[in-house]
Amino acid sequence: MTMPITYLDNSATTRVCKEAATAALQAMTEVYGNPSSLHGMGIAAEELMEQSRKKVADALGCEARELVFTSGGTEANNLAVFGAVHAKHRKGNRIVTTAIEHSSVAGPIDVLEKEGFEVVRLRPDNNGMVSEKSLEEAITPSTILVSVMLINNEMGAIQPVESIKSLIHRVGAPALIHIDAVQAFAKYAFSPEALGADLLSVSGHKIHAPKGAGALYVRKGARILPLEAGGGQERNLRPGTQAVPAIAGFGEAAALARKDFPQNRALFQHLRAHLLERLTSLPSIAVNSPEDGAAHILNLSVLGIRSETMLHFLADRNIFVSSGSACSRGAKSYVLAAMNLPDERIDSALRISFSHENTREDIDRFVDAIQEGIKTLTHIK
Amino acid sequence: MQEVILLKDGELILKGLNRPQFEHKLFKNIRRVLQNVGDFSIEQAQSIVYVSAENESAFLDIAYKKLQKVFGISAISRACVVEKDMQAIEKAAPLYLEKEAKGARTFKVAAKRADKRFAYKSPEIARKVADAVGEVFPHLEADMKNPELLITVEIRDTAAYIHGNSVPGAGGMPAGSCGRASVLISGGIDSPVASYMMARRGMGITAVHFATPPYTSPRATTKVMQLLKIVSVYSGPIACFVVPFTKLQEQIRANCREEFFTILLRRFMMRASTRIAIAQDCAALITGESIGQVASQTIEAITCTEAASSLPVLRPLIGMDKEEIIRISRRIETYETSILPYEDCCTVFTPRHPRTKPRIEEVEREEARFDFAPLLDEAVQNAEKTVICPE
Repeated sequence: MTMPITYLDNSATTRVCKEAATAALQAMTEVYGNPSSLHGMGIAAEELMEQSRKKVADALGCEARELVFTSGGTEANNLAVFGAVHAKHRKGNRIVTTAIEHSSVAGPIDVLEKEGFEVVRLRPDNNGMVSEKSLEEAITPSTILVSVMLINNEMGAIQPVESIKSLIHRVGAPALIHIDAVQAFAKYAFSPEALGADLLSVSGHKIHAPKGAGALYVRKGARILPLEAGGGQERNLRPGTQAVPAIAGFGEAAALARKDFPQNRALFQHLRAHLLERLTSLPSIAVNSPEDGAAHILNLSVLGIRSETMLHFLADRNIFVSSGSACSRGAKSYVLAAMNLPDERIDSALRISFSHENTREDIDRFVDAIQEGIKTLTHIK
Repeated sequence: MQEVILLKDGELILKGLNRPQFEHKLFKNIRRVLQNVGDFSIEQAQSIVYVSAENESAFLDIAYKKLQKVFGISAISRACVVEKDMQAIEKAAPLYLEKEAKGARTFKVAAKRADKRFAYKSPEIARKVADAVGEVFPHLEADMKNPELLITVEIRDTAAYIHGNSVPGAGGMPAGSCGRASVLISGGIDSPVASYMMARRGMGITAVHFATPPYTSPRATTKVMQLLKIVSVYSGPIACFVVPFTKLQEQIRANCREEFFTILLRRFMMRASTRIAIAQDCAALITGESIGQVASQTIEAITCTEAASSLPVLRPLIGMDKEEIIRISRRIETYETSILPYEDCCTVFTPRHPRTKPRIEEVEREEARFDFAPLLDEAVQNAEKTVICPE
């Protein structure tokens, strides 16, 4: 008998759903015109793309015209950070962000710091939360960008981003607000407007769409500059022929996510509660995620066993989880380090992340395997 | 905390005995806009309309945004509903307005006591609420003249309402309350703005667009549909007639003097539009013309085109500068679509040197050079109708 696949790494990426795959295939084999072409084939591709834009906008709670399609979350984050700072650089010099941003936000900000911008990186408390007070102290009249993620990808803490707009308004800063919502989209209830965001990034492949499509929400009236020059697509903010197949899949996946949102959210809460309950029966487990964090991400440490060892042990049993974030393989987690967790916990951290395809049995298999690992692996150490 | 949206009637309050008809239309439009947003109850007391969510699936945020585009409303605010108890009001105000208070430097509280049985008078209510808010947000300073945050407390018969700054409504008259007109729409900046302006005065909109394939791209027609979709958010559904004008334009080119091409084309457009308008129960035509903007919009040219229509021609942009028109176009969000670069029928066979001051006799002489009537009939008969609904 083959072992079933237990995929608990849905914050790294997800399985493409049938509807999205069908839409992508159709876009590749039938509606294959260039959406900028003047003829019927082009118009059909453009229509398909615009329908997808509407579906993603509906799932996000914004207007279709406020979305710029990108190649994914990383490009959306780069466009937001560089685009905002380049548009605002005459108005000020200060960038406020956190020490736990995804590398696709932290990286561009590092580059800007080298170019001479003043960067404030707020540290979270040991629950992974950046405080409203620290934001208030950091935001000055010369602040031109505040970039804070909504849900942390490694441990799921939900940041108080909705307070930023008031703080900026009060000091009269020219700042644009960027929210990296890649891990929150379709998993957590929010709208860009309710959060006060000017810019907000999402990605398709985290919500069961093919890899290769993401989007940046640009609030109507917010102005940023493009990173590339070219054919004027996406209101000139992201030139280049759009990846229509991936975008078509993104639209389908977003529509499904919107429809199933209430039941998915209930499922995540159920799975999380079940996992936490079963873990209490195991020795030497520490939960690194905050209690009030996102339901679909749980970071935990199996004390005494290195993350990678456990990861491979689980993988041998067809159980797939992540050690820290998938983008920083092998490196020590700067997120958990910023939370001031002891090294012992950081070295043994695992991230479990759910999708609507997961079941209670997946959790049971995972916990059983951990239990087995604790018995056999501790000796190796 | 229960939250509602308050809508203040605009010009409707100026109406006399027929006011209920206008209000009925306004209610209908509000319901249409909210039908896909969820279940809301809509009630009216004095000149305020109260929109409240009936259950959890009704999204107040989206409703709030959509209602800002409904004509006949002068101001919109979101309010929390509190029982008519002074202590409850003092407690609710800073709680409900937390975000606004944090984002402001100065504030003022205004109280309106519609229910005179309430124990405190308006100035007392205002002072008490101001104290309560000031205590929670010590950074706020009072400013009676020009506050960044104006907190309003209204004591009404059923409950007390607390709200922060209101946003302006779309103004105008309820869409569809003042008859119907047909707009000649090309896809440029002006005609969508003209449609919007007449819709704002309560007119229902029908649209006529002329296509000249293969000289014009199907994209030009798609673009018009996109523009009408944006306008329909304000006006309600729009029936659009796409009239094939290729044969007629080719015969103008073959038979008439070049300097008259545009003016002749405009006259045939007026004739075709008038026929469609009458069949669609429209009382007038709408164009986006503005005096002097192009050769066909001199007063002489307009005189010649007007003569071709038996219906009144409404030109809401006639005295406006291009910049003013563009400003409205940006505000109503048609600008970005309008500037997409596709040929429209007016730019096909454009004369090199159009006559800027045509005389009607000359124009009629040119028209008599060919029997255009059958081609005009054919074009009108082959007009394709598409109904465009707001999203």
